[in-house]
Amino acid sequence: MNMSKKEYGEMVKKASPNSRLVSNCVKAFVVGGLICTFGQVLYAMFGALGAGREMSGTLVAVSLIFLAILATGIGKYDDLAKFAGAGAGVPITGFANAVAAPAIEFKKEGYVMGVGAKMFLIAGPVIVYGTLSSMVVGLIYYFVR
Amino acid sequence: MDYIKAFMVGGAICVLGQILIDKTKMTSARILVLFVVIGVFLGGIGLYPRLVEFAGAGASVPLPGFGNILAKGVMQEVDRAGFIGILTGGIKAAAAGIAAAVLFSFAAALIFEPKAK
Repeated sequence: MNMSKKEYGEMVKKASPNSRLVSNCVKAFVVGGLICTFGQVLYAMFGALGAGREMSGTLVAVSLIFLAILATGIGKYDDLAKFAGAGAGVPITGFANAVAAPAIEFKKEGYVMGVGAKMFLIAGPVIVYGTLSSMVVGLIYYFVR
Repeated sequence: MDYIKAFMVGGAICVLGQILIDKTKMTSARILVLFVVIGVFLGGIGLYPRLVEFAGAGASVPLPGFGNILAKGVMQEVDRAGFIGILTGGIKAAAAGIAAAVLFSFAAALIFEPKAK
């Protein structure tokens, strides 16, 4: 193909945002999928140990939260998030990371206004709007059930 | 097969988040809030429980699954306790996740030092 440097540059510019989106999405898909698959492995394991469905689900969430916060503490979750974007952010592990990372980072501002308050920097809004919408659902359910 | 379904559905939900990040410049906090709220409403209308039935951890591990738990909890409490369940059900169902995140994060803040910038 014959094209000038300028044309080539324009072509790259046109193509790259999309190819970047595709590569970001592939990474998010694989990492997010693997985290969920690992959750499924844990679920089967807790089931085999005799936990019921609901209890297994809770134990999976708690285990993933524990591992994500440990990874956050040693600085590894940050690397994963940089690589996988939403693949690391959207699973419950991302929520756990969003609680632990500011708790550690703002330690020097003290245990009350640093660790205690900053823990909810991102988790706070999630809990606020999650709770509010659960009340909307509960209210509607109360009248239509 | 359970593992493949968990992988595919969990991956797909994360891709939705990635598209939102790249296409709308929404901050990740907003996306987390949005996903939980979507999970609550899809849970409320009974769609998300079907996805959990199909994909297991592929649907319950991503944040809409957390929203789904809130919706399930509030409806169970309304059945059990009546009107007051609207207030108590959501947080009650989310308690384990929130308390675990608080406990482990507090411990992490005690043990680990922030990275030097």
